[in-house]
Amino acid sequence: MERALSILYFVVLLNATLAGASDSSKPDGHGSDSSGGHNSHDSGHGEGHSPDGLQIVSFKWHHVEAPYIIAVWILVASLAKIVFHMSHKVTNVVPESALLIFLGLLLGGVVWGADHSASFTLTPTIFFFYLLPPIVLDAGYFMPNRLFFGNLGTILMYAVIGTVWNAALTGLSLYGVFLTGIMGPLQAGLLDFLLFGSLIAAVDPVAVLAVFEEVHVNDVLFIIVFGESLLNDAVTVVLYNVFDSFVAIGGENVTGVDCVKGIVSFFVVSIGGTLIGIIFALLLSFVTRFTKHVRIIEPGFVFIISYLSYLTSEMLSLSAILAITFAGVCCQKYVNANINEQSVTTVRYTMKMLASGSETIVFMFLGISAVDPNIWTWNTAFILLTLVFISVYRVIGVVIQTWLLNRYRMVQLEIIDQVVMSYGGLRGAVAFALVALLDPEKVKERNLFVSTTIIVVYFTVIFQGLTIKPLVSWLKVKRSEHRDPLLNEKLHGRAFDHILSAIEDISGQIGHNYMRDKWAKFERRFLSKLLMRRSAQKSRDQILNVFHELNIKDAISYVAEGERRGSLAFIRSASTDQLVNVDFSTQRPSIVDASVSALLRGNPSSVCLDMQAIEEKRKSVRDKEDTLSHHVLQQYLYKPRHQTRHKYSRHAITPNTEDNKQEKEIFRRTMKKRLESFKSTKLGVNYSKKSIKNYKKDSGRCKKKKKSVALLNGRISWGIDNPTFISDENVMVRPAIPPWLSNEDTVVPSQRARVQIPWSPNNFRRLTPLRLSTRSVDSFQMADGPVPEHPRMTLPEGTHL
Amino acid sequence: MGSRASTLLRDEEIEEIKKETGFSHSQITRLYSRFTSLDKGENGTLSREDFQRIPELAINPLGDRIINAFFSDGEDQVNFRAFMRTLAHFRPIEDNEKGKDPSSSEPLNSRNNKLLFAFRLYDLDKDDKISREELLQVLRMMVGVNISDEQLGSIADRTIQEADQDGDSAISFPEFVKVLEKVDVEQKMSIRFLH
Repeated sequence: MERALSILYFVVLLNATLAGASDSSKPDGHGSDSSGGHNSHDSGHGEGHSPDGLQIVSFKWHHVEAPYIIAVWILVASLAKIVFHMSHKVTNVVPESALLIFLGLLLGGVVWGADHSASFTLTPTIFFFYLLPPIVLDAGYFMPNRLFFGNLGTILMYAVIGTVWNAALTGLSLYGVFLTGIMGPLQAGLLDFLLFGSLIAAVDPVAVLAVFEEVHVNDVLFIIVFGESLLNDAVTVVLYNVFDSFVAIGGENVTGVDCVKGIVSFFVVSIGGTLIGIIFALLLSFVTRFTKHVRIIEPGFVFIISYLSYLTSEMLSLSAILAITFAGVCCQKYVNANINEQSVTTVRYTMKMLASGSETIVFMFLGISAVDPNIWTWNTAFILLTLVFISVYRVIGVVIQTWLLNRYRMVQLEIIDQVVMSYGGLRGAVAFALVALLDPEKVKERNLFVSTTIIVVYFTVIFQGLTIKPLVSWLKVKRSEHRDPLLNEKLHGRAFDHILSAIEDISGQIGHNYMRDKWAKFERRFLSKLLMRRSAQKSRDQILNVFHELNIKDAISYVAEGERRGSLAFIRSASTDQLVNVDFSTQRPSIVDASVSALLRGNPSSVCLDMQAIEEKRKSVRDKEDTLSHHVLQQYLYKPRHQTRHKYSRHAITPNTEDNKQEKEIFRRTMKKRLESFKSTKLGVNYSKKSIKNYKKDSGRCKKKKKSVALLNGRISWGIDNPTFISDENVMVRPAIPPWLSNEDTVVPSQRARVQIPWSPNNFRRLTPLRLSTRSVDSFQMADGPVPEHPRMTLPEGTHL
Repeated sequence: MGSRASTLLRDEEIEEIKKETGFSHSQITRLYSRFTSLDKGENGTLSREDFQRIPELAINPLGDRIINAFFSDGEDQVNFRAFMRTLAHFRPIEDNEKGKDPSSSEPLNSRNNKLLFAFRLYDLDKDDKISREELLQVLRMMVGVNISDEQLGSIADRTIQEADQDGDSAISFPEFVKVLEKVDVEQKMSIRFLH
């Protein structure tokens, strides 16, 4: 703690000196005049042109003033982050954004004390041009696309309709209350209130991310709130501009035509912004296709072009946030495919750094900007009512929309999701920046609006941010508190989840719909050819082919690798029975402590919404062994697809390795089983139908004839040669004569296998994706051709129905 | 050459499937297009390879077993009727089932049938009991590599103990149903099929 305090002292000191030093010119401050009284560094103003001869060393403050101050503020913000993270106890409870605001308040106080003027505030220019773009770009670039587009309808509904609802109702209600006179005399009309409503209604992406970072919610919920916060920018921009201009031309001059124009401008702004983002994303992808020889500056392109999309959109008065979001969303795939590994890492880290840094600075400045008595106007009724209205209307809006949406959604949004959504609708710096942009001439009550916005932002970020975690855990526990589940229920429940996921995948309900397939085809045929490097396209096809046509030899080596490393040690099936031979001499019992903390996966600062584990804690009635069994199951059962935590994080890059581990284990196991049954049928051993799982890796997608000749003539490395494989099985191996070449009477494969086994040389192409050459690219490319329409010769087709 | 199942779904077929499974017309057509997209061999039936080609199933612990559930005994191909019949188990339970004559057997997606589907996944030898070995196999499939054999065995024993009522150290179907009576099977084993 002492280190923390000393850093804090240093920071404050730095601040005070800065405040004193920058009294005469303030590059990024508000235009308030300095008192000029505290010039401790007056001597430094000279430019070194002293008439007494050459000065060896001179103090040139003005020379470096502007960049120096900026650099110091960034340093201060970063030091603050270090200080905060020194204490986990604090960061567990208080979200970092709140801590930064407090620090900002403190520093603002120091600055004020030193200078009696607000030298540093969050000017809209700096915010919109330099601080916001990195944050939004980071959000777009790391956006989980599939999730995002899968829920796009829901997101759009909340973003557009929800925001309009909030804005309209808040503005109108405030106006209504104003008319009753409770607020006292205010120089504001209906339009002013609507304007205020429009800027206070929007959920802020910066704040949402900052808080949801701490409360881990499930994927869908996160993407909905987050997507909403990004996409409502279009609405906010339109409403703000519309009402701003209405206020400018005066309330009486507004005509119906203007209203219609407003609605039209909404579509233009949103769609235009999106298009700009997409155009720049295409440009970026195209450019990165050719950067092979300038690897060092590859990452630069990403940032420059994305930033240009933001500025271009801003220039055309379209929605800049939408532009840069979609630039990030659309370019991720191609950029990641085109640029080399290290550049990918560089881009990621730089983006995270910029975004994280910007966010820190934003929150800190939110604190500092508040310490400016000039702007403070207090009107209890207005402020209180604003708070009440935005909360209430948000809740109502969310509930109604969710009810509507649930009728069309596959994954329903439950009560707890709605609570999180309503409570998690935080306002933040965007609202503040917008309100600071207001012209005091046109909007007389600007100061009141500013003060209210500050209070609202503080309230949502600090209070709601602080309380969302406890609220959620209380609710979840409350819901699942009724009874303790049996072992059976847990086990079978989990099995049901897996079954459901599998059926969903089979029936194509999730992840496959007509549009998506069409898009994937289009994308593959045109876009990828245009935007991806050749080598990237090839390797992408390879990856796809691994799924579709697993090269047997690759699979063998893959599985052998896994066995060697011990993860498959427990599956050593000498027979093709389903009975798994469990052999565990090497594994040590891993549950020693039955403590609950061991159950809470993930880092301790996160609140997992799956609170069954917490609930375990309360049941002390069970005997120890029972508890142990429950704990073991809870900890080690594979998670079904829906429960994986969201992968987006502002402050961390590494993906969730546990899920990967689980997937790898299951994948290996499945492939091994499939392999064995495939191999066993191929070698002609006749097993009962039940235990045969025919794994046929290729469905005849290859068409090159010459490959088949090569197969015939060359060495057919069929995998029989793999010693690992052989040693596992005590099967008689016919060395060089695959069954289909030999006299067909000697071998009686199952009927299924017989259908697949090519009976003539023409059908060899089915097996060609074997790795015949060391250059695997070739064999895979061979396999990529379409199915030739050739007649199946004399194969029994009796199994067809 | 073999007979090719017609690629178009005839209306009578749709009606039959509708009666048998309870899916709506649009759901059936949509699932049919999914069926055909899975059917790479274009012969009107799905083979095991067609299922195994779905990548997500490879990382599902129960993937292969579920694939097996689509195939009836001795069959190696699944035609569209059988496909729909299996999928019908996962339809959400509705309160009013129109057009179903009361004398027919319970609908495919009843709670009982859903549980029967799951039960059959466990019970490989089809003796209508889940023995300790069968349970062990399923447990092993669903659990990571860090659990020792003894621990798994003890979990299996306790699981059987919880459910077993007639003392035969195996879980029969009625016992299975009984032990899961508090679980909301209707919700856990249902998918909202798109219209």
